[in-house]
Amino acid sequence: MSAPHAGERPSYLGGEYGLRSWLLTLDHKRIGLLYLMGVSAFFLVGGAFAVLIRLELLTPSGDLFQSETYNKLFTLHGIFMIFFFLLPSIPAVLGNFLLPLMIGARDLAFPRINLLSWYIYMVGGLFTTYAMLAGGVDTGWTFYTPYSSTYANSHVIAAALGIFISGFSSILTGVNFIATIHKLRAPGLTWFRLPLFVWAHYATSLIMVLGTPVIAITILLVAVERLFHVGIFDPALGGDPVLFQHLFWFYSHPAVYIMILPAMGVISEVIACFSRKRVFGYKIVAFSSLAIAVLGFLVWGHHMFVSGQSVYAGVVFSLLSFLVAIPSAVKVFNWTATLYRGSISFEAPMLYALGFIGLFTIGGLTGIFLATLAVDVHVHDTYFVVAHFHFVMVGGAVMAYLGGLHFWWPKMFGRLYPEMLARVTAVIVFVGFNLTFLPQFVLGYLGMPRRYHVYPDEFQVLNVLSTAGASILGLGFLMSAAYLPWSLRFGKKAGRNPFGAAGLEWTTASPPMAHNFESVPEVQGEAYEREHVEEELHV
Amino acid sequence: MSETRAVLAHHFESLEQQNEAAAIGMWAFLVQEVMFFGGLFTTYLVYRVLHPGAFAEGSAHLPVALGTANTAVLIGSSLTMALGVRAAQLGRGRQCALFLAATIVLAFAFLGVKGVEYAEKWEHGLIPGVRWSPEAGADARLNLFFALYFVMTGCHALHMLVGIVLMAIVAGRAWGGRYSRANFLGVECLGLYWHFVDLVWIFLFPLLYLLHGHRGGHS
Amino acid sequence: MFENFSLWPEGASSVARDIDALYLFLLAISLFFVTVIVSALLVFSVRYRRRPGHHASPIEGSLPLELLWTGVPLVIVLFVFVWGTRVFVRTQTSPLEAMRFHVTGKQWMWKIQHPTGQSEINALHVPLGQTIELTLISEDVIHSFYVPAFRLKKDVVPGLYASLWFTPTRTGTYHLFCAEYCGTKHSAMIGQVVVLDPADYQQWLDGRPSDKNPVETGALLFQNLRCDTCHSSASGARGPDLAGLFGSDVPLAAGGSVRFDERHVRESLLEPSKRVRAGFQPLMPSYAGQVSEGDILALIAYLKSLPPARGARR
Repeated sequence: MSAPHAGERPSYLGGEYGLRSWLLTLDHKRIGLLYLMGVSAFFLVGGAFAVLIRLELLTPSGDLFQSETYNKLFTLHGIFMIFFFLLPSIPAVLGNFLLPLMIGARDLAFPRINLLSWYIYMVGGLFTTYAMLAGGVDTGWTFYTPYSSTYANSHVIAAALGIFISGFSSILTGVNFIATIHKLRAPGLTWFRLPLFVWAHYATSLIMVLGTPVIAITILLVAVERLFHVGIFDPALGGDPVLFQHLFWFYSHPAVYIMILPAMGVISEVIACFSRKRVFGYKIVAFSSLAIAVLGFLVWGHHMFVSGQSVYAGVVFSLLSFLVAIPSAVKVFNWTATLYRGSISFEAPMLYALGFIGLFTIGGLTGIFLATLAVDVHVHDTYFVVAHFHFVMVGGAVMAYLGGLHFWWPKMFGRLYPEMLARVTAVIVFVGFNLTFLPQFVLGYLGMPRRYHVYPDEFQVLNVLSTAGASILGLGFLMSAAYLPWSLRFGKKAGRNPFGAAGLEWTTASPPMAHNFESVPEVQGEAYEREHVEEELHV
Repeated sequence: MSETRAVLAHHFESLEQQNEAAAIGMWAFLVQEVMFFGGLFTTYLVYRVLHPGAFAEGSAHLPVALGTANTAVLIGSSLTMALGVRAAQLGRGRQCALFLAATIVLAFAFLGVKGVEYAEKWEHGLIPGVRWSPEAGADARLNLFFALYFVMTGCHALHMLVGIVLMAIVAGRAWGGRYSRANFLGVECLGLYWHFVDLVWIFLFPLLYLLHGHRGGHS
Repeated sequence: MFENFSLWPEGASSVARDIDALYLFLLAISLFFVTVIVSALLVFSVRYRRRPGHHASPIEGSLPLELLWTGVPLVIVLFVFVWGTRVFVRTQTSPLEAMRFHVTGKQWMWKIQHPTGQSEINALHVPLGQTIELTLISEDVIHSFYVPAFRLKKDVVPGLYASLWFTPTRTGTYHLFCAEYCGTKHSAMIGQVVVLDPADYQQWLDGRPSDKNPVETGALLFQNLRCDTCHSSASGARGPDLAGLFGSDVPLAAGGSVRFDERHVRESLLEPSKRVRAGFQPLMPSYAGQVSEGDILALIAYLKSLPPARGARR
């Protein structure tokens, strides 16, 4: 079934060989894999920092590192994870690979810009890696002024430049996706026949294009301030440090929706496939993605309730923050309803998706706590916030990324990952994750501030639990980092559609040929329609 | 007039689709440019409201005559650019290249004047962080105005430099007959970019140069 | 490790209970919805697991359900929003009567000054049941004054006065944390808030060497910095008489007016030509670098204390 027939074209993995064919490729699928290399490497770096942080926090005193070093650990953990893993992972790996396939196109609208975006990403990563190797940066990933612009004694400018540069990678990806989704859909593929993964990436691209330039200019101003001490953010020279916060969060809040919207897109695809049903409330889910993107730009001040911002501003931002939660809640209900009277199987991608729904619900609900002004006064800048965002970013985005990676792995590489091992790993990740981060909600309400190298004794028990969980979580990640590459060589060969999913990408060979489709398909059915899906067994 | 066959990329079905996609891409790119400068304009707005005296005083230091001349030059360059796009539309490659060359000349003229202005700021010690020695009695927050002046006009000038490089490339291609009635998209996109650069200056000029008539608490 | 271990923080301020009530309500709502979702996921996973003979039913959606699960969360969040806002506004509204303390944060310590002149480092002793208001400013980077037992925090920003008020309701010793990352020793910038019975507080005060209180300090500064050579009630004085003006609006030379408050005093000391009083010339020199944040706070206290000059015009 899966051996290539004589005369069939080579897949995108074959055909051309050698380093040059990869480094100069214009094939969106190869570029997706280039990104996979990059994000995986940076995830390991960010993850290593996380291990060191959690080790240090086993005890209340600072036994392993000096404070200055610890401050660099959490800063670099944040910078690498956010800018070099979370933001690009799903869009640049899965989005790049799948968007043209899902819409029946042969490539993205601008293949050369796609390759350029990867080089820009890697250059940004290089600058940041240089900042790390040269001694690190200790401002927190949030670079609050005037600490970052005037007082910090670390490699702020190198790190700032790394982030500035990587922003353009995001912008170019967004531009590419917008043009592609508008113009390269196959005949018959109307907007409301698009897979929800595509809708999610469209909404994400709007945020990438509108939001990223603002962080670019903000971080540039920090670098200018640091080099020339002109006073832009230094109160002693007339600058306003709270203005920095407004500019910073204007992007960095929508940024979290760049991270979660594509994840939600993955979940829609996985839930639909493994329950053998259309996603419940398709149009509502599609519009929810857009609503999240729009509302996401209006809530940045909820990071600043105690900053000195006016009470009125706080009230407005609080209200809008409650509203932005609604479309996400609606999605959770729709995914759950999709399972109703479905025909459900529990392959690894589905385990990740089910885990996502539970963990994202918790993460999202704790966002409500933070949107509540009076409660936020107490828990702002505590471990409650740390727990909240790890629930949505790791319990949410990372689980979705892993689920998506497993789901489309056979398509990307023509190999099946080891199913039993993957399921066990998914459970390990889920258990480890909960043990790591649930105690942190308690720590936060107890009052343990974030970014603390040393802490009062009474917080130790919960910290020990959290570190224990982190070791289990880390084990889970390492397991997938081991068996996924293993499967490239030793995994069973995969057919076109091992999971029996609907969607144009599953009509191509596994892995697809370079130009994706022999001829441009014509779409007649609705999204997730299963009439023509081959139910394939993939023992 | 030669009709050059357009190069249709393999993943597009028709030239029309390719052109439309490129247009969307270009507009999306310009939107993000607006957001980039928007961050700077927001910073400007905040500091101007907080320190009106410093901004009025700083603006008074800027040579209105040179700024006006530069504005005229840049608008002129948008005209020559538009004429270049028109020529490309009509398939007149060489004419297009000449208009682009004129645009480049005007762009260099603008940058030259800017260089003169910057040199003058150097002389008077009005470059915060680099050479800062304002006269006695100068507003304590004058540094904020000039910091923004240099960052905003500096970013603008960088965008102009990029534009000049692109113009040179496109002009070379136009001269070599690359564009035709059916395919002038590259020139059109460049024109969009250049008009945007012009537009940013149209906002910068009054906000930076024309404040000094309004000293004190007004805006 | 297990000493002092607890899962719930003690509450020691008048507002702690309100915030805890909100929190517990949110917790209940969250537990409810998490239970609903997780139960649904589990039940559906078991009931509709794939097995021979059972097929998925094609169900597109349901408008009534969409309206239900959009509307119900919306009502709940709006309720929480209103409740949370009301409590918040109360915490942000300065009380009319309060003991006013000055707090300056700097890397990596807290300097606290009592209204009666005593000062402390990294500790704040307060009497039970008394409404306290802190005026906070930073000398360098952004810090945040956080007392978990009070459920309150406020960012302490350079160049900007912030205020935080509370009424302690339980005696005891509570953590004071810096809650905004501020550099190397951020996690060492901690201290204690000690709530004492009023009698004990008085005893503590008496036992402390007291500097002059802020008003006296400010009066002395006013003299030593020669403010009184310009700012006097004599006719023809080069600077406006400042007596009794604190809290009212004063007219400006460029038109308009400004509220004579903490911010205005600080700005006048550091950037005097920014807002010049109507009828006066911009002659005042800047005192930037000559006055510390503590000095400025003392001058403010002094000016606040001045009664209106007899016969003075408004």
